[in-house]
Amino acid sequence: MTSNPTASFTLARRHLLGIEGLAPDEITGLLDLAEEFVTLNRQVEKKRATLRGRTQINLFFEASTRTQSSFELAGKRLGADVMNMAVANSSLKKGETLIDTAATLNAMHPDVLIVRHSASGAVELLARKVDCSVVNAGDGAHEHPTQALLDALTIRRNKGRIEGLTVAICGDITHSRVARSNILLLQALGATVRVVAPRTLLPRDIDRFGVEVHNDMRSGLADVDIVMMLRLQRERMNGSFVPSVKEYFHFWGLDEAKLRYAKPDALVMHPGPMNRGVEIDSAVADGAQSLIREQVEMGVAVRMAVLDALSRNLPNA
Amino acid sequence: MPDIRPVLLAGARILDPSRDLDIEGDILVADGIIKDVASGLAATGLPEGTERVDCRGRIVVPGLVDMRAFIGEPGAEHRETLASASQAAAAGGVTTIICQPDTDPMIDEPAIVDFVQRRARDTAIVRVHPMAALTKGLEGREMSEIGLLQAAGAVAFTDGARSVRSAQVLRRALTYSRMFDALIVHHTEDADLTGEGVMNEGELAARLGLAGSPKAAEAIVLERDIRLAAMTGGRYHAASLTCAESLEVLRRAKDAGLNVTASASINHLTLNERDVVGYRTFFKLAPPLRAEDDRLALVAAVDEGLIDVVVSDHNPQDVEVKRLPFSEAAFGAIGLETMLAAGLRLVNDGTLGLMPLIRSLSTRPAELLGLETGTLRPGRPADIAVIAPDEAWILDATALKSRCLNTPFDEARFEGRVVRTLVGGRTVYEYV
Repeated sequence: MTSNPTASFTLARRHLLGIEGLAPDEITGLLDLAEEFVTLNRQVEKKRATLRGRTQINLFFEASTRTQSSFELAGKRLGADVMNMAVANSSLKKGETLIDTAATLNAMHPDVLIVRHSASGAVELLARKVDCSVVNAGDGAHEHPTQALLDALTIRRNKGRIEGLTVAICGDITHSRVARSNILLLQALGATVRVVAPRTLLPRDIDRFGVEVHNDMRSGLADVDIVMMLRLQRERMNGSFVPSVKEYFHFWGLDEAKLRYAKPDALVMHPGPMNRGVEIDSAVADGAQSLIREQVEMGVAVRMAVLDALSRNLPNA
Repeated sequence: MPDIRPVLLAGARILDPSRDLDIEGDILVADGIIKDVASGLAATGLPEGTERVDCRGRIVVPGLVDMRAFIGEPGAEHRETLASASQAAAAGGVTTIICQPDTDPMIDEPAIVDFVQRRARDTAIVRVHPMAALTKGLEGREMSEIGLLQAAGAVAFTDGARSVRSAQVLRRALTYSRMFDALIVHHTEDADLTGEGVMNEGELAARLGLAGSPKAAEAIVLERDIRLAAMTGGRYHAASLTCAESLEVLRRAKDAGLNVTASASINHLTLNERDVVGYRTFFKLAPPLRAEDDRLALVAAVDEGLIDVVVSDHNPQDVEVKRLPFSEAAFGAIGLETMLAAGLRLVNDGTLGLMPLIRSLSTRPAELLGLETGTLRPGRPADIAVIAPDEAWILDATALKSRCLNTPFDEARFEGRVVRTLVGGRTVYEYV
């Protein structure tokens, strides 16, 4: 590949706060651009100068090794100076309000902030208080747009399309920002989305999202092209939302037997980190139908595409 | 199972609430099932070796399904074993016992469900199905493995004599149980309001100087539960209602078409708070016996079907825990063996029809629990009770088959008794 991407795509917005509000051609544009970076990332020379001189701050109020390093790598490959602020256990978190933190950071003149926060809406609140671009790296149970984009890229590369596919999102829908962003994105691109979960892990009125709702894996996975498993947090599997790990795995854990309900060429995804033996069996996670490793690779490319597309709108550009 | 002779119950009054059937006729039982129900069967070709039982003047009803009985096995075998409970049940026309999970260890995991079923199969002469714990350790905090417990054989889920304090926990359990169409049976009592209460709150408690438990303690929890049932769509069953206030709440729920049903215990239908006078601990029950008006309202509610199920609330307690000052004595009374006779008192005094009584003792509980019994339909298991309605007798507590003798009916006069009980076509009790 050459040093310049063939696709030239600009997001006509300063921030990427969610999938909600993105037009289908914006999503497709980002995915096309990400394809270029997939190619780039497989070369020995992986660096671009797109963000040279720019400062990217990763501001993670909630610890995340995977997403943070993915964003860090994406920024560095585009030439930015990347700083990780370990907010999770710093004084920043203790006394200071979110808005104070925003003002402090703003004074350092960053060009892009990558923000994760445990409270839904916190990233948007922060975005309103700073002059730079903000990318939502996950806010509460609301949105995680780059995860949905990388999932879509993974699906498109393996199935050749998204339109017309049936995707089952399985597990803890209630607490999942990944589920919300994926539902929005996949529907925008013409896929049929199902959610499959025990009733206690489905938010009220989830059917109003335009998804098919299933409580058991047999009907939920019947004839699907993609099985997307979600992580179930430990504290939710001891009788509060589901009785036990044993019961959850028995009825909703994806093992080879349940995967056979899906189409023979169905593919399995998981946003990670996985709880093996809780929501997914190792034989499936590491099996021939698994795309889980590829998702990680697509993550870096998609985040490069997002940073690249947003950077074209940066002030003083 | 060794061969059982076919049985012809001849010339009986046959009463089957599952079909609103009340006829004179014969019932042929063979191969463990009801083969035929008709008049004049005796004249037709019967299978070879059929035992003919003259049932003239008798009433034949589907065997009773007691939806709430505490049995001490495992853990409190000195109070009752599955074997002794089943003997008592058979003598009372009860062909299926639904045992409660508050044993030791508790029935809150599949292995214990399995254990109880195997013990019952090996030692009991009637059918036994366990209810499993609704929450782990009956602590009201974390729901139990409802799906796996049901797969192991649990027929419903309950915290026994305890109420789930947290509305959130009950909401989640009702929501979760819907996926398995599981029945949640809940004891409706606000533990804080009941406090140290040992009998019905009111004038009598005041005169006796005993701490009272208000009716509102029951109605408040029932009201809450019904709102949760409406919100979740779960199948909810109130374990033991005792007062008119609760019946109003229940009626509203049923009128609204909610998936809500309820039981009352035979004790609350036949006794009242005045029985406690003299500090008689065999009448110390939880929930407590109420006023006579409440009793009459409960009987009327069974008669019209508002109360779906009548239970024995069998709770064996040995004398050491009953021969104590009233406030210190244990709660509970046995009832498996006397439930039907006590119920017939209400029929005899004209306040309750025989059909609704048998419906509430047999057909409705079987329907709610998804059992095949509770009916005399041909093809169904031959679980049958034969009643001699005119037989007058006086209860001698020492003759009861239960391991504990804490009956509130000692020396009570009854009219009508069970004379034969069949389980799966086999005669397991015969009064001679």
